[in-house]
Amino acid sequence: MLPNKQGKFGPFGGRFVPETLMPALAELEEAYRRLKRDSGFRRELAWYLREYAGRPTPLYPARRLSEALGGHLRIYLKREDLLHTGAHKINNTLGQVLLARRMGKRRIIAETGAGQHGVATATAAALLGLECVVYMGAKDTVRQAMNVFRMELLGAKVIPVESGTQTLKDAINEAIRDWVTNVETTFYVIGSVVGPHPYPMIVRDFQSVIGREARRQILKLEGRLPDMVIACVGGGSNAMGIFYPFVRDQVVKLVGVEAAGQGLESDRHSATLTVGEPGVLHGMMTYLLQDRVGQIKGAHSIAPGLDYPGVGPEHAFLKECGRAEYVAVDDEEALSAFRLLSETEGIIPALESAHAVAYLVKIADRLPRDTIVVVNLSGRGDKDVAAVRDYLSGKTA
Amino acid sequence: MTGAEKVRQAIEEANRKARAALIPYLCAWDPDLETTRALLWALAEAGASVVELGFPFSDPLADGPTIQAATQRALRHQPSLEDFLEFVAGLYAEDYPLPIVVMGYYNPFFRFGLKRFAREAREAGLCGAIIPDLPLEEARPWLREARRRGLASVMLVAPTTPAERLERIAQVSTGFLYYVSVTGITGARDRLPEDLALRLDLCREVSPVPVAVGFGIARPEQVKMLAPHAEAIVVGSALVKIVEAEGSRAPEKVKRFVKDLVSAAERS
Ligand SMILES: Cc1ncc(COP(=O)(O)O)c(C=O)c1O
Repeated sequence: MLPNKQGKFGPFGGRFVPETLMPALAELEEAYRRLKRDSGFRRELAWYLREYAGRPTPLYPARRLSEALGGHLRIYLKREDLLHTGAHKINNTLGQVLLARRMGKRRIIAETGAGQHGVATATAAALLGLECVVYMGAKDTVRQAMNVFRMELLGAKVIPVESGTQTLKDAINEAIRDWVTNVETTFYVIGSVVGPHPYPMIVRDFQSVIGREARRQILKLEGRLPDMVIACVGGGSNAMGIFYPFVRDQVVKLVGVEAAGQGLESDRHSATLTVGEPGVLHGMMTYLLQDRVGQIKGAHSIAPGLDYPGVGPEHAFLKECGRAEYVAVDDEEALSAFRLLSETEGIIPALESAHAVAYLVKIADRLPRDTIVVVNLSGRGDKDVAAVRDYLSGKTA
Repeated sequence: MTGAEKVRQAIEEANRKARAALIPYLCAWDPDLETTRALLWALAEAGASVVELGFPFSDPLADGPTIQAATQRALRHQPSLEDFLEFVAGLYAEDYPLPIVVMGYYNPFFRFGLKRFAREAREAGLCGAIIPDLPLEEARPWLREARRRGLASVMLVAPTTPAERLERIAQVSTGFLYYVSVTGITGARDRLPEDLALRLDLCREVSPVPVAVGFGIARPEQVKMLAPHAEAIVVGSALVKIVEAEGSRAPEKVKRFVKDLVSAAERS
C-alpha cells in the first residue's frame, strides 16, 4: 500500500515543510486514518456526494464523437462536469471540509488558481457553516474575476497574493504561510493530489470515487474492463481519482495528459512530467518545472487549471515505474477538441478536460477496432467560454 | 577546526563575555552582491558572532513579506550556488572573521547535489546550512553529508514541536539549535509569545548544542529580554528592512543598528 509510513511513493512525496507544521500533519494523518474507517463519517460523506453534489455521475457512451473519430472506438465519458459547481473538485472539498469539521477546526483556508477549487471549497464551507479564506494569485483574480465574485457570494474571503509570479504556486505558498501561522485553529484544504503527506493520499482517496464508479459502470455496460483510461493532469487529482481503482488492473492502460501550452520548446507550457525534473516544492518531492539552479519556473496553459509547475508525487511514481504514461497536447489541440466535443455531443467541456479529449483525437487512428476508452470529463466549460471567445477572435486568452 | 565547531565556538565566545551571541540574517544579492559584501563587513565590525546568509529561492514559504521582497530583488541577478560559494570563498580569502552559514530552501541544494554541495561548501569555507523546509524525517541524506564535511547542520524547532521530538531534533543539530520563537513565518513583530523565555529554558535543558532564538525579533528591548534565555539571537527582517530602504547606503545604518543589538545582548 502506498504511500509508505513516511508518505513516500517510491522516492517521491514526503514532508518537506517547516517544523511548525510537522505536528499538524501528523495530527491530520491520524485523524484521517481514524475517520476513514469510521462508518458514520463514510455515510455522511456518501450522503453529501449523492444528495448534494449529484453522484454517481453517468458514464456516457459518446457515439457521435466516436463516429467523428472513425467509428471504430467505444468511447465513454465520465461525466464529472455534471457535478455541483461543475467539476470533480467538489468530491475533494466535501471530504476535506467534513474532515475539518470532525477535527473541530472552525476556519478553512484554500488556494486557488483559476478559482475552481476556491469555489468548490467556499461551497463546502458555506454548506457546513465554516469560515473560509481563499488565497488567489493577484493576476488570477483579474483573469478570473467572475470566480472571485462567486466565492464572495458564497461567503468566502478572497485574498489576492502579490508575491512571486502572482499565480497558483504563489497562492499555495501564501496558504501554507497562513497555515503555519494559524495551525491550531485552521484546516488547509489543498486542491489537488499535491503538498506534503498525507495530502496526496487524502485527495486521491476522496477523488477515487470517480474511478470506483467508472469501473463498476463499464463492467456493467461492456462486461469487461476498458483498454484505456485518459485524464488531464494539472496537479493530478482528477487523473489520480479515475486511475487509482484501475492501477492493479494491468490490462488497463492509464494515460495522463498534460498541457503543452504554446509548445514544449516554448517555455510556455505546464508539461511537468513530460519535460520536468525531480525536485522539492510545496512540501513534496516530485517532478517540477525548474531552471538549472533549481528555481521554480512559471507554467502556462490555455486551461487555467493545468497551469502549475509541479504535479502529484504519486503520478511521478506511476511514471517512473511505467504503470501510467504521460503525454502533452498544446493549446490549439485542446481548443479543437473543445469545439469538437461541443459540436458532436452537445457537451462544452472545461478546457482542462478538453486536453484529455484532444489526446484521444490525436491517437484515435492508431487504436484497433472496438477499443474501449474512458475519458474523464473532469469539468464543464461554462467558466471558459468567454476566454475561448476572446482567443478565437484573436485576442490572447 | 570544522565549520560546525567554528560556529559553536563563536557563540560560546560571546557567551564567555556574558552576552548572547548576535546572528544577523541577510539575503545575498539584495540588492546586489557588492552591497552584500559591504554589509557583511559592517556586521563583523559591529560585533556580530555568526552570519546567516540567505540564498534566494523562488518560493520562500517560511518567509514573511520583508524577506519575500528581498528574495525578489536578489533573484533578478539569477544567482547560482556556484556563485554563492565563490562569493564566500572570496570573503575568506580576504580574512573575513565571522563564520557564515547559508540559509536556504532545499530544492537548490538538492539540484546542486548534496554530496557535491557539502564538499564544495567546505572548500569555500562556508560553515554550515539552515534548511527550513527540511524537517528531521527528510534530513538524513543531508545530515550524513554535512557530518562528513564537518558542516553545521542547524535544525529548527518550533513552539508546536512536542518535547520528545524536540529532544530527537536537538541530538542531530550541530553548530546550534534554532528555536523558532513564534508559530508563524519570518517578519518583525511587536510582541513575542509570553512564554517564550520559559520555552527557551526548557529547550536549553535538553540541547547539547547552543540554542539560538529567531523569527520576529526586531528591537534592542526584545534582544535584552531574551539574552539571558538563549545562547544566541537571530535578527533578520529588521535588518533586511534597512537594506530595502537604504539600498547601497545600508551598511553604515546596519552597522549602527547591529551595534545597538550587540550591546542589548549583554546579560547585565
Ligand atoms: C475542470 C478541471 N479539470 C482539471 C483540473 C486540474 O486539476 P487536477 O489535475 O488536480 O485534476 C482543474 C483544476 O482547476 C479543473 O478545474
